[in-house]
Amino acid sequence: MEVIASFVPLVVILPFAGALLNLFLGRYLSEKLIGALATTAAALAFAVAAVMTVGITAHGYEAVVVNPPILDSWIYIPSAAIDIPWQMRVDTLSLTMMLVVTGVGTLIHLYAIGYMHGDPRFARFFVYLNLFLGFMLILVTGNNFLMMFVGWEGVGLCSFLLIGFWFDKKHGEGWKNSNAARKAFIVNRVGDFGLLLAIFLIFWTYGTLDYYKPNEVLHIGGEKAAADVLVREGGDGIAHGQKGVFAQTEAWLAEGGHIVSFGVFELPFETVVTLITLFMLIGVTGKSAQIPLFVWLPDAMAGPTPVSALIHAATMVTAGVYLITRNSVLYHAAPLSAALVTVVGAATALMAGFIALGQWDIKKVLAYSTVSQLGFMVAAVGIGGYAAGMFHLITHAFFKALLFLGSGSVIHAMEHGHHHAHAHHESEHGEESHGHADHAHEEAFDPQDMRNMGGLARRMPITFVTYLIGTLALAGIFPLAGFWSKDEILGKAFNAAFIDGKLEGFAMLGLLLAAAGFTAFYMWRQIKLVFLGVPRTEAAAAATESSPSMTIPLLVLAALSIFGGALNIPLGVNSVLVIGVLFITAGFWLLWALPSVRLFFIGRAEPVTSLPSLKPAFRLIALGSAAAFMLSGAAIILVPSLGASYPLETLVLWLEHSVPYTKGLTLNPFLAILALGIGIGGILLAQRVYSPAPLAEGNQDVLEIRPDTRPAFQLANAKLYWDETYGRLIEQPYNRAAAWLAHKLDWEFWHDRFHHTVFRDFYKRAADFIATPVDRGAIDQGFLRIGRAVAQAAARLRTVQTGYVRTYVFTMLFGVVLVMLILLLPLLRQ
Amino acid sequence: MQPAVATEYFVVLSAVLFIMGVLGVLVRRNAIMIFMSVELMLNAANLSLVAFAQQWSNMGGQLIVFFVITIAAAEVAVGLALIVAIFRTKKSIDIDELNAMQG
Repeated sequence: MEVIASFVPLVVILPFAGALLNLFLGRYLSEKLIGALATTAAALAFAVAAVMTVGITAHGYEAVVVNPPILDSWIYIPSAAIDIPWQMRVDTLSLTMMLVVTGVGTLIHLYAIGYMHGDPRFARFFVYLNLFLGFMLILVTGNNFLMMFVGWEGVGLCSFLLIGFWFDKKHGEGWKNSNAARKAFIVNRVGDFGLLLAIFLIFWTYGTLDYYKPNEVLHIGGEKAAADVLVREGGDGIAHGQKGVFAQTEAWLAEGGHIVSFGVFELPFETVVTLITLFMLIGVTGKSAQIPLFVWLPDAMAGPTPVSALIHAATMVTAGVYLITRNSVLYHAAPLSAALVTVVGAATALMAGFIALGQWDIKKVLAYSTVSQLGFMVAAVGIGGYAAGMFHLITHAFFKALLFLGSGSVIHAMEHGHHHAHAHHESEHGEESHGHADHAHEEAFDPQDMRNMGGLARRMPITFVTYLIGTLALAGIFPLAGFWSKDEILGKAFNAAFIDGKLEGFAMLGLLLAAAGFTAFYMWRQIKLVFLGVPRTEAAAAATESSPSMTIPLLVLAALSIFGGALNIPLGVNSVLVIGVLFITAGFWLLWALPSVRLFFIGRAEPVTSLPSLKPAFRLIALGSAAAFMLSGAAIILVPSLGASYPLETLVLWLEHSVPYTKGLTLNPFLAILALGIGIGGILLAQRVYSPAPLAEGNQDVLEIRPDTRPAFQLANAKLYWDETYGRLIEQPYNRAAAWLAHKLDWEFWHDRFHHTVFRDFYKRAADFIATPVDRGAIDQGFLRIGRAVAQAAARLRTVQTGYVRTYVFTMLFGVVLVMLILLLPLLRQ
Repeated sequence: MQPAVATEYFVVLSAVLFIMGVLGVLVRRNAIMIFMSVELMLNAANLSLVAFAQQWSNMGGQLIVFFVITIAAAEVAVGLALIVAIFRTKKSIDIDELNAMQG
């Protein structure tokens, strides 16, 4: 295993190498080469992660700490007992994250080749994407908090760069984009500050930042820790521990009564852990978009859609969930923090689900849906369902990436349809009618506004079918991925409430069930608005299916959204049957079932594979994947009967090897049926509400017209006034304070008064003094006087020069006589 | 060997010659005459040098006299050339008319 695990630096290096190559060579390469390079880097990283997964499975899931050869000692200050090695951890949790990040990342890279086609900064986009992957992989592979933080900040940077990627869009759009980027960065800074405090506190308390030391085995609640494990170094408070953070926590908890000294005061260890986990929660609310710091994520949709899918739905925003899962030991030791995490997550899930009901922007709905689903995950890890949270993280990565990419395909088609309809219009009316009015029309058109869509199912069959799969998966419809993971989370909440009697369990169960209902409702509202009915604009009528590089990732992600739930189905004989049946069903769907669904909704019954708009390649892909699904389903059922067995485990068992306090599977048939009923109920309700037409007079929502639902819709449409509240509470006072500082303090006091009176006037006066009395008075006049005196003396002395030879001779003679007299005088005196 | 004439006579004669030279330089206006007076002063000095040399039986004095005579000759060459040059420009060798250096 050691050998296989030592490949782990490659997982990080490959995306960085891709980024560097495109950074320096991108301008010389064609779009296809750039995209291929970036996608290959991501795919190779995925391959390495997959190889390591096989390796770790074959070696009993043993976690390995790898020292990359060059970065051996990253921060090493012997005098201060600081030793933070650049170590990477390969265990089942980090491998899970690696597979999700690189797997979904590869598909989104592929999709972006089509989506970003023709963008002037094509290469830069892929540089950023690869850079993001690299940092995300540092985040998940690091074996200490500092490496995690490097990745954490790196993905934040990439998020900023990519949200503001179209900073130069026309008509003020660019400003909106760059403002969204700045908002994301600044809000995240608040969260990162909390995380930093947590890391500082950890270092102070433990003297190390390592999760685990190499070859360390964690004994939960185990034997008493040896007394000499911790060696205090002098009085500077820096502890030099030989144990990793988690093992040390367990040791101190088992020992009991450990006190952490902060110099002037002391705190019991349990309180310190609570503080650490609370600070960490602030970081989680920032990065994973929870109350109160979620406000940046909906705005982050200003970025290109692949970015929304990769960073702001599937991977980066789940970093907080990963962080809590990684720190399960700490959260288990701090029940108060865990309860707060649960409540925050569940409240976020319901709140965001409610806001999503009233949104018009296709991506905003998905953004609030993401916030809501992240709330599910955070609540799950808060209640102790670490595997349930990770499970939902994975399935959500599949279907939310699918939905975002689908929405990108729709936006792309709408833009093209708009251009197409526009050009068509021009040719009809002739050149002279093309004037200012048309231009205004062009500016006003919003390709993301669902009010402009409608009837796209017919025009974009692959996008529609995959979007439908994503919607059903998100709504938790059996047997798609979301059903299994959502049920797992609800099961954890149920157990916490009714078995452990935890108060937050009841709250979580209620909030999440309501949120699940909202989820189904707003997603079906979206389907109705976007895909069903009749086109409401010329652009929607002229929309066409996107290119294969965009639809292939959609198909793959759709398959993953269908089968993702299988990750956690116990692989007994029966479950093998279930999975096999699932696979066969999927193939069946692709071939027959979906066309019948289309018949139901659209009234046209051609199979997807025989639509005239489809290219032959597509038909081949669809047929091929259907056949592959059915064949592999048959194989899955047949292989055990041949005597072979699967080395696979469920996700829960797999994660139990690296996440302490992961409890086994929670299958609750009652809850499953209840959640399914809520999901289907939400869909049916939406279907009823939004039939026959989803929009009432004047492009208003049906709910907006009805007096009983009008206030609720408006509240959701206004996003519950979160931005306004923050604006009132933080932004405006801040701006006022800044304006006061700028105008009153800086300009009026400092510049006008202090500067003018003290600096300028003092300087002027001093300069005047030096210039007038000192320089021009004393110095100048003095030298002038000397000059004049010399001139006068010279004028007088000049007369000595008579010009007569005899005067000179006489003078000379006189001088000679005088000299002789002086010489002779001493002789004469003798 | 007693000297034929006592040194005091030479010295007195030398002084008389020197004073005559000085007076000549001071009083005369003709450049040639001044020149000759200067020569007189030189020879007065020569005379006293030779006299003292004889008195002290030291050949140094006589030696210097040779030098003086040589230099005087050179001086005469230069001086006369100057006088000729002045005469060419001024058409006169009256020393009082050469007062261009007056302050």
